[in-house]
Amino acid sequence: MNKAILRRLQGIGIALLAGLTFFASSGVRAADYPDRPISLIVAYSPGGATDFQARIVSMMAAKPDYLGQPMVIINKPGAGGQVGWNWFASEAKPNGYELAAYNLPHVIAQSIMFDTKYNIHNLIPIANWGADPAVLIVAKDSPFNSVKDLVAYAKKHPGKITVSGAGLYVGHHIATLQLEKAAGIKLTYIPTKGGVPAMQYVIGGKVMAGFNNLSDAYRNRERLKILAIADLQRNKEFLPDVPTFKEEGINVDDSSVNFRGIMAPKGTPKAVVDFLAQRIPKMFHDKKVAAKMKAGGSPLRIMDQAQVEKMWQRRQVYLTELLSKLRKKK
Amino acid sequence: MDFIRYLPDALSAWNLLILCIGTIGGLVLGATPGLSPTMAVALLIPFTFQMPADSGLILLGSVYTATVAGGAVSAILVNIPGAPANIATVLDGHPLAQQGRATEALHYCFISSLIGGVLGVLVLIFFTPILANFALKFGPSELFWIAILGVTVIGSLGSKSVLKGLFAGAFGLWLSTIGYDPVMGVERFVFSSYLTGGINIIAALIGLFAIPQVLGMLESAASGGRISEMYDLEKRSVWTSFRYNISRVRALTIGSITGIIVGLIPGAGGQIAGLVSYDQTRKMSRDPSRFGKGEPDGVIAAESANNAMVGPSLVPLLTLSVPGSPTAAVLLGGLLIHGLFPGPNLFTTHAKVTWTFIDALLLGQVLMAVFGLMISRYSRFVTRVSNNFMAAAVTVLAVFGTYSVQNNFSDVMVMMTLGTAMYFGIKLGFSPAPVVLGIILGPIAETNFAQGRLIAESSQGVLPYFFTGTINLVLIALCVGSIGYSIFTEVRAARRRKGASQ
Repeated sequence: MNKAILRRLQGIGIALLAGLTFFASSGVRAADYPDRPISLIVAYSPGGATDFQARIVSMMAAKPDYLGQPMVIINKPGAGGQVGWNWFASEAKPNGYELAAYNLPHVIAQSIMFDTKYNIHNLIPIANWGADPAVLIVAKDSPFNSVKDLVAYAKKHPGKITVSGAGLYVGHHIATLQLEKAAGIKLTYIPTKGGVPAMQYVIGGKVMAGFNNLSDAYRNRERLKILAIADLQRNKEFLPDVPTFKEEGINVDDSSVNFRGIMAPKGTPKAVVDFLAQRIPKMFHDKKVAAKMKAGGSPLRIMDQAQVEKMWQRRQVYLTELLSKLRKKK
Repeated sequence: MDFIRYLPDALSAWNLLILCIGTIGGLVLGATPGLSPTMAVALLIPFTFQMPADSGLILLGSVYTATVAGGAVSAILVNIPGAPANIATVLDGHPLAQQGRATEALHYCFISSLIGGVLGVLVLIFFTPILANFALKFGPSELFWIAILGVTVIGSLGSKSVLKGLFAGAFGLWLSTIGYDPVMGVERFVFSSYLTGGINIIAALIGLFAIPQVLGMLESAASGGRISEMYDLEKRSVWTSFRYNISRVRALTIGSITGIIVGLIPGAGGQIAGLVSYDQTRKMSRDPSRFGKGEPDGVIAAESANNAMVGPSLVPLLTLSVPGSPTAAVLLGGLLIHGLFPGPNLFTTHAKVTWTFIDALLLGQVLMAVFGLMISRYSRFVTRVSNNFMAAAVTVLAVFGTYSVQNNFSDVMVMMTLGTAMYFGIKLGFSPAPVVLGIILGPIAETNFAQGRLIAESSQGVLPYFFTGTINLVLIALCVGSIGYSIFTEVRAARRRKGASQ
């Protein structure tokens, strides 16, 4: 009697399992992809710059020309992005319904410096939507009027210049390391929790200089001197008068630029990846998206999959070399 | 008098409708544990994309105002603070409800929120130009001392003995060090992958307050005790509460002033405002022993403080784009999306939108009180729900609220573990409030000390950096005063006991 019930239960269990596997696998079939909303994991809190931009660039996803299904933002913040990206690399289902937003150089720098579950080999870039270069700023009443002044002072007083930035191994930190290396100087980097206190300490004279986002520096330009931009060319739209580091004779390239885009976990079917790589850049190019991004002062820089892949590879090589000294210290 | 000129804009039918929706929605969201004001505002920003700038900002502003007050509802009725800002409200609000005075406690909460909130917005309207640069004076050393000032109230907070309070506070401080350290870039005490992200404040808050409550309810039901705590249905007129509330000038003044000052300081939030003003009100009271057992002054001080913080937290935001509270930081995103860049332009080029928004904040405070007082009438029914149902409902809310903060199941595990531990802790005479305070203040104190040390080592040295400067010295004096006064009252109480026994 009991055995009969058990066997029947077993039968039901197997049937249920079979049903579940069928449903789970049916999601992977590319022909009718996507047939339900797609989650976009953001590894930062709601309201932060990445979250804010991700919500803007994904707002048109439901249009049939783009994905035909809405994108839902899911915030998994913690440990500077590590919690969300660790979850993404180890637990996200590679079926095209779980995508994530990436921040460069954070993702790569963290995978080099820490014991993370993610690295460029288990993430597939899809497309890039934005780029926020780091700029070197000092307070309005600072004695430094150019990068040369700052470098000259740092040469005389090694380690005396304090430089604030939005945390460890983010673009601002990379820019500081690059400036130290290129100019042969020693600076004291002060990581803060996010870009806002970093900016506040520069304006209030609590630190002597800072690296911050171009967009935030632009908004506060009345209270700052913006000495240089860590990018390959000047920013014609917002800061046409600010020189690049290379123009100032210091070899700092665009490795610290904060790139933001969308990626998929390794194992996502090729048909799905190709579909996303074709449609998502189009979605970023939508006029409404561009208008909202501009209103928010967030620079757009749209790149397709091939371009992003190349950039990831270059960054991986360069950052491994730049950070190798810091890694040895540990 | 720009704010009067633009008042009609805030009163247009459409804007008034949005204001009402935002206020009622905010009260409900605020009363839900886990949905803090910061979360509520962040989740609403995408909805304002399609709205005109003034309506969008009115929605965000009214939600900000109402969620801060709404968090007190669950604090008073079920002993779970809706948000960290309402921790101090629990200490006397829930005992009042247990004595069958829930409606009365809610009246005090909304009336004090109204008074504090209006004073706060008036500061924003009249003193913005004068106070604009105040926020910039706060660097790592000043913020470190503010956190230490918070630590000085830990020992005496809601515990039966100072020693147990200090132990609980130290435990909270230790919990806050778990996870990734943002300044040094190392992981600490991460024994399991559940702890990579550290202990989330909201998860800890819900666990420490809600789970012991649930277990306690089940315990009393299982031991065959009364199934529900029955009181006569409380009838109290708003007018009676209002007259009493207005007469508590000291609690209102301390609450509002503390709230306003804390609001102006970036990096500190409503939770510190509520706790510090609660502590000060108790210390200055003629009979501090009444606090923690249902003293209306405790609710009045805490709630006037956390709403008084709302207006001033926007002063540095609107002038310098430096937010005065975490919620104000999220609000910055809402401003930017509508092309409103903080700075002097906001009050000239965009004067219409800006002043309409500020007027709406003022009206929002009034509406919050009106709707809140209306809801209070029905609160008496909540206290009549049987313990079995209440325990189930609170558990569901606790799990849902915790998961929704970061969409992370680890937080639910942390919440359950801490909550179960706290249940036994309470039996041994410990109290959850100092633990939560430790978790909140730990990172502020530690991060700012670490940053300050880095700055100090490259300049004048650590001791001069932390012990010079007017604001540092004032804060140190306040810390010393706070500790000294606690010792003084302890000694006096001990002497009295001795005198009485002889």
